[in-house]
Amino acid sequence: MQHDDVIWDIIGNQQFCSFKVKTKSQGFCRNEYNITGLCNRSSCPLANSQYATIREEKGQCFLYMKVIERAAFPAKMWEKVKLSKNYEKALEQIDENLIYWPRFIRHKCKQRFTKITQYLIRMRKLVLKRQRKLVPLSRKVERREKRKEEKALIAAQLDNAIEKELLERLKQGTYGDIYNFPVHAFDRALEQQDEESEEEEEEEEEDDEDVGKREFVEEEVEESDLSDFEDMNKLRTSSDEEQDDEEEESSEEEEEEEMEMETKAKALRSKGKSPANGSVARKKRAYVEIEYEQETEPATKSRATS
Amino acid sequence: MDITEVPVSEDSKGKKKKNKKPKMKSKAGNGEAEKKQQEVVVVENMEKSEPAFPPSFSVSEIKNKQRRHFMFMKLKQEKRKQKMQLKKKKKKEREALGDKAPPKEVPKTIENQRVYDETVVDPEDEEVAFDEGTDEFSAYFNGLTNPKVLITTSDRPRGRTVRFCEQLATVIPNAHVYYRRGLALKRVIPQCIARDFTYLIVINEDRKVPNGMVLCHLPDGPTAHFKVSSVRLRKEMKRRGKDPTEHSPEVILNNFTTRLGHSIGRLFAALFPQDPQFVGRQVATFHNQRDFIFFRFHRYIFKNEKRVGIQELGPRFTLKLRSLQKGTFDSKFGEYEWVLKRHEMDACRRKFQL
Repeated sequence: MQHDDVIWDIIGNQQFCSFKVKTKSQGFCRNEYNITGLCNRSSCPLANSQYATIREEKGQCFLYMKVIERAAFPAKMWEKVKLSKNYEKALEQIDENLIYWPRFIRHKCKQRFTKITQYLIRMRKLVLKRQRKLVPLSRKVERREKRKEEKALIAAQLDNAIEKELLERLKQGTYGDIYNFPVHAFDRALEQQDEESEEEEEEEEEDDEDVGKREFVEEEVEESDLSDFEDMNKLRTSSDEEQDDEEEESSEEEEEEEMEMETKAKALRSKGKSPANGSVARKKRAYVEIEYEQETEPATKSRATS
Repeated sequence: MDITEVPVSEDSKGKKKKNKKPKMKSKAGNGEAEKKQQEVVVVENMEKSEPAFPPSFSVSEIKNKQRRHFMFMKLKQEKRKQKMQLKKKKKKEREALGDKAPPKEVPKTIENQRVYDETVVDPEDEEVAFDEGTDEFSAYFNGLTNPKVLITTSDRPRGRTVRFCEQLATVIPNAHVYYRRGLALKRVIPQCIARDFTYLIVINEDRKVPNGMVLCHLPDGPTAHFKVSSVRLRKEMKRRGKDPTEHSPEVILNNFTTRLGHSIGRLFAALFPQDPQFVGRQVATFHNQRDFIFFRFHRYIFKNEKRVGIQELGPRFTLKLRSLQKGTFDSKFGEYEWVLKRHEMDACRRKFQL
């Protein structure tokens, strides 16, 4: 004999029910046959002899009905009816199986069935959309690759490689006539032949250039956001004599060096390394262009500052 | 005599542990005592002045950990000393010989020791030249098409990825960034083709950081999938220059030697317009080293014919090729030309694919 009230009294109110989950506002029932999921007198599958639910398995919905006469055999207590895939037909099936059952259970069964079909539809739709595939990363492998990358970066010596490539391209003439650096050998020959005439020319222009130089240098030391080229440091430390091939004589070199020393000293006092060298290099570059490309000088300057 | 010797020698040994320059004589003597203590039945000639140990004596046979450690350290010092002496001798010989000295040996590097790869492209190879004349990039290299690039991300990109995409778009001329709002790539591709795009770049994001890139050449070209790492945005770069201008940059592709490397190189080259504007003085570099492709974007200036200054603008990142697929992006039915198989390909340190 099943005394529903007694059972409810015990598990619902006073003592322990293992399926009950209590939260602040409400209690839930974790029993898999529960129709609403709440812990109520009317929804408790243990405390109601006449009970029915809808459950779905692999996309198929079944109506489960409790047969209380078999309460002694809990494994065989629930009777299963397969519902049709058609929504209306299934509702009719529910009605016909639960005829003469209390209104509450009939209503709740239909509600549950509706909800289940809705989520099955959504599942089917989602499968058709894009699915995100998660690819697990192996920590060991990631660590190894990171280290390999660092080593490869060091081995690559990127700056040198890029500079070399650019100089190669310049040599091969891919830049055409944009840069008017005379070719090395040609210039050497020129120099040997026309040493005297060159000296005269350059001595004349010295004063102008000196004045120009000084002006340039002072301006740029005041500005603090110079340092267009960070490689100045590295490149400048190599012998200045390399730059002679084109133009200067040694006397002018010395003057330049003095200027550099001054500017360096100034800048070191004010800020740091790069502004000074930046200004030095810029001055040098301007110096170059004064020599050769007087027409294009303003254009290049504007490019540098832009 | 031996028995009485032992305690004395032990004490002295203990003191000498802290002494960095142990006296050889006493060490040899202690060694002897040790051996006799452990009843090693070996006939040795103890050379008191020399630090050499008899051949059958190995440091690992000493049971006492501290002493074993000490002896091992000593052994190491000895070896180091001998190495230094050898070096000095060699240097002296070299100086003495002067010009006649044999040339310096080239140190072994991983690049030197690279396993011979038969797919390395010979510059004069006709077959390769023919292939390259008729592959999917021939249209670009013959000057028929102009690159037009579409950059997008995976779903719901975070700030860093978005900024990375924007910066990429400034670096690559004629590039457009579009938000991906849950669209399937397979549907995006026909739309792109309809609008004359030649390239599709999809930046994949994980935990707010870009970590993958799919580079798809559009009409029906190969699709490459890369792992992206070490992304540095523009504001994180030290001593960078101003923003890149609209001029088309030059492209440098370094070290793409094998067939696979060649095709990847062409893939990158076709991203940029065929004729770079030298006025802009900008250069984009893809440098391959040990299968890592480093991307850099610089502005250069020629100070004279022998020196050039470069200044880094633009974002930088590293790529590692994961797979190369024949057609456009199709993960299920695509025909893969090359896939990174970790166990096979990463086993040898000196074997590289690109």
